[in-house]
Order: sequence, then C-alpha cells, then structure tokens
Amino acid sequence: MNYNWDFHAVLQSWDLFLWGLWITIIYTFGSILFGVVIGFLTCAARLSGLWGVNAIARVYQEMFRCTPLLVQLLWFYYAFPLLIGGSIDNRVAALLTLSLYVGAFYAEIFRGGIVSIDKGQHEAAAAIGMSSWQSMYRIILPQAMKRVLPSFINQSVIQFKNTSLVSVISVADLAYMAAVVNGQTYRPLESYTLMAGLYIAMLLPLTQAADWIERRLKVSD
Amino acid sequence: MTLNPEMNAPVIEAISLRKSYGTHEVLKGLDLSLARGEVVALIGPSGSGKSTFIRCLNMMETPTQGTIRFREKSVSRRFADKGEEIGIGTLRRHVGMVFQHFNLFPHKTVLQNVTEGPIIVCRRTRKEAEELAMDLLSQVGLAEKHSAYPNHLSGGQKQRVAIARALAMEPEVLLLDEVTSALDPELVGEVLSVIRGLADKGMTMAIVTHEMAFAADVATRILFLDQGVIAETGSAEDVILNPKNPRLQGFVARFNG
Ligand SMILES: Nc1ncnc2c1ncn2[C@@H]1O[C@H](COP(=O)(O)OP(=O)(O)OP(=O)(O)O)[C@@H](O)[C@H]1O
Ligand SMILES: [Mg+2]
Repeated sequence: MNYNWDFHAVLQSWDLFLWGLWITIIYTFGSILFGVVIGFLTCAARLSGLWGVNAIARVYQEMFRCTPLLVQLLWFYYAFPLLIGGSIDNRVAALLTLSLYVGAFYAEIFRGGIVSIDKGQHEAAAAIGMSSWQSMYRIILPQAMKRVLPSFINQSVIQFKNTSLVSVISVADLAYMAAVVNGQTYRPLESYTLMAGLYIAMLLPLTQAADWIERRLKVSD
Repeated sequence: MTLNPEMNAPVIEAISLRKSYGTHEVLKGLDLSLARGEVVALIGPSGSGKSTFIRCLNMMETPTQGTIRFREKSVSRRFADKGEEIGIGTLRRHVGMVFQHFNLFPHKTVLQNVTEGPIIVCRRTRKEAEELAMDLLSQVGLAEKHSAYPNHLSGGQKQRVAIARALAMEPEVLLLDEVTSALDPELVGEVLSVIRGLADKGMTMAIVTHEMAFAADVATRILFLDQGVIAETGSAEDVILNPKNPRLQGFVARFNG
C-alpha cells in the first residue's frame, strides 16, 4: 500500500480543528462540573436514609447507566421537546445529557468511596463530639475522595471521549469538525487521523496521571 | 478535708439500661453510677455485653430502654441540648472514648489528630489547641512524633495518640474498650502505664479489659458482666480474689490458671 499522506489541505483548516477541540473541551469540562454537582447530590440522596429520596436517585442512576449515551442524546434532542411541548437548543440538550449521564456514574463512584471508609472513622469522629455533618466533611469525605480519585479520573477520560457523540445532534465538536474538514478536502485519512491524534494528545497525560496517582495511593495506604 | 458535695455526685450514670438487637436482648437492665475519680473495670466473658454497655455510655449505641445521665442531667437522643436534657453532642464533648482498633484519622498527622476535636468541636484557636496537644503528646511520650502520619506508628504509639486525642477534649470521663487487645504483647505495657498515670491523676474511667492483673491494680471497683446483667460487683479483692458467683469463679480461674 502506498498511500500518499498529505496533511497540507487538512492543516489549512487548522482553525476548524482548534475550534472543535475547544468545543470538546468545553463540553467535557462543563459536563464534568455539572456532573460532580449532580453526582454529589445523588450520592447524598442515596445515603440519606430517606426511602423516597433514595428511590428517586436510584431510578435516575439506573436510567442513565443502562441506556447508551447516544440514545440519551437522541432522546433529549428529538423526543424530550415533544414531551414538554417546545423545542430545545442542541447545545443545551448536549450539555444536559452529558451532565446527567456522567453524574449518574460519579454518584456511584462517590458512594462507593464513602461506604468503603471504615466504620471506626465515623465512630472516632462522633466520639470527639463531631456532628454527622462535621464528621462527613472533615473525616470521611477527604479519605473517600482520595480513594476514588483514580476512578474519578478514569470516568472523566471516558467522558472526554464520549463528548464526540454530540456531533450527531450537530454540536460542532472535534469529531464534527473532522467530518466537516473531510467533506471539504476529501482527505478522510488525514482528517480523521489528525482528530485521533488530538484526542490522544489530550487524554494520554490524563490516563498517565491516573495511573501515577493510583500507584502513589497504594504506597501511602 | 472539706466536704464537697460535688465530689460524690455521680458524673455519669446508667439507669435500667436495656439494649436489644432485634429480638436478641444484649443488656437486660443495668445500673451504674460513676463518681468523680472512680475507675471501674468491666470484665466478663465474650458476648456478655461489655462493649455494648460502654458504648451506651456515650450514646454510640442507642439504648432500647433506660437512661444515661451526665452530671445529673438526662441525655436525650438528639444531638443538641434542649431544655433540661443535654444532647448527645454535649455528652460526647465531656465523655471521651478510646477504641480497640485506635481509629486514628489516617489523613491527618499525629498533631492534627489531637487538635481536631479542640478546634472543630470546642472552637478553640489553633495556637491554643496545638499547645494543649503538644503537652498531651509529651505526656504520652510522643511529642517528637507530632508531624508523623498514623501509618508510620507502631500499635502502641497509635493507641497513645488515640488517648491524647480523647484527652484533648478535656473529658470528665474516659471510656476504654479493650484498648490493648489489638496490640502485640510487648506493646501492651506502654499503653497500660499511660492509663495508670491517668488513674493516678484522678481521671474518671470505665475500662473494659481482659488484663485481669491490670484491672485489679488500677480499678477502684470491678463489675462482672454476664449474659447482659451485672452479675457481681465490688473491690478487686472481692471480685477477683473471693468471687462468689460460680460463673465468675470459673471466669477468674481461667485467668489464674
Ligand atoms: N450491631 C450488632 N448487631 C447485632 N448484634 C450485636 C451487635 N453488636 C453486638 N451484638 C451482639 O451483642 C452481644 C454482646 O456483644 P458485645 O460486643 O457487647 O460483647 P462483649 O462483652 O464486648 O464481647 P467481647 O469480649 O467479645 O468484646 C453479642 O452476642 C453480639 O453478637
Ligand atoms: Mg467487646
């Protein structure tokens, strides 16, 4: 096979790639930010000990964990507007779906970390007169969050990649822009290889960081 | 000596204390009154309810029936004080507890473990809390370890830090549940001598222990718990040297044998 690589035409559209990458980063970090908030609230609901609140949180989690993200995006963009009798901006639908999706997973990660902390830690905090809120905030959460940091980063890496699905509802992210450039240049190999390279450049440091943190946590345990 | 009515007033009391887990009744109506400076040792076979009892005294377990009184005030089941009743939060500020498995905060240094209560619960300044903590750490012989993390300490050192952490609340009563049972035999002595020192300084304590000689040595009173009731109580001589209850006789014989 002697394909003639030629990035010249593709690189002429570097601004599109850069813009797409920027959009990808925004949706990733935006949804991670909202997802963390949703995850904490859901986790609190799950641990609240209130039957109804716990049930609602569970239903939400399972709905979002048991359907593909692609299906969720299509549903929120095409089906949800009919339900509420209006229309929804594709960017809003994308951010909403991504946030709810990752929030469901974060909630489970946080919950796992919190319940993994030894009962003796709760007792020691209680024994010096801490309220359950003080104990959670000062004693349990710091240990739990440290323990789940690698899982949290891994889920966030997956989220970065998942963001590429928003292109199906025409949000102009990196994947969308690669397709646009391909359409203009008829250079699929270069367009899509460049896109893949950009994803790797963004995510490799993150996965390495997760591994490094995991190793360090093992040592300090 | 002047007669001070405060001296003999009970610091902490348990009145008709009952505790069940499901249908299993573990404590079947216990009464205890600890006067200031008293050191009570709780002995008894495994499963007799010693831990459950001592954990009811700071409401770590909620009694099914009966009352805990602290400084002659009933303790309610809520965290905050209300009216005549004091809350669990207040009770625990004044009644310290030391655990078998230390339960130090692994993400905090030795010093931070000890200052956590004074700063967060008692709202003392960091400077005050640190001075107090360093003083306590030197009392338990660990001043030079103040910046170490718990994982780097031996079991005996961990337990001494845990004692300092409890003392930092300046408690009026200290509850100790088998605090040497998780230690290697050669480390037991250093912890017992710290407790001995506290007893000499007049600290009011309830101690669950299997160290019979230590109980006899340090306790002003010994309680033999059996099947959820106080089966015998008295001085060390009475309970350990002249037991009357046949089950206590058997229990003591095993330790002397
Ligand atoms: N959380 C719990 N749920 C159900 N049963 C419990 C619980 N905690 C204790 N028990 C039961 O209560 C009884 C008394 O337990 P406790 O731990 O108070 O005994 P103990 O005298 O401290 O024994 P040991 O010397 O082994 O520490 C045991 O039969 C135990 O199985
Ligand atoms: Mg016990």
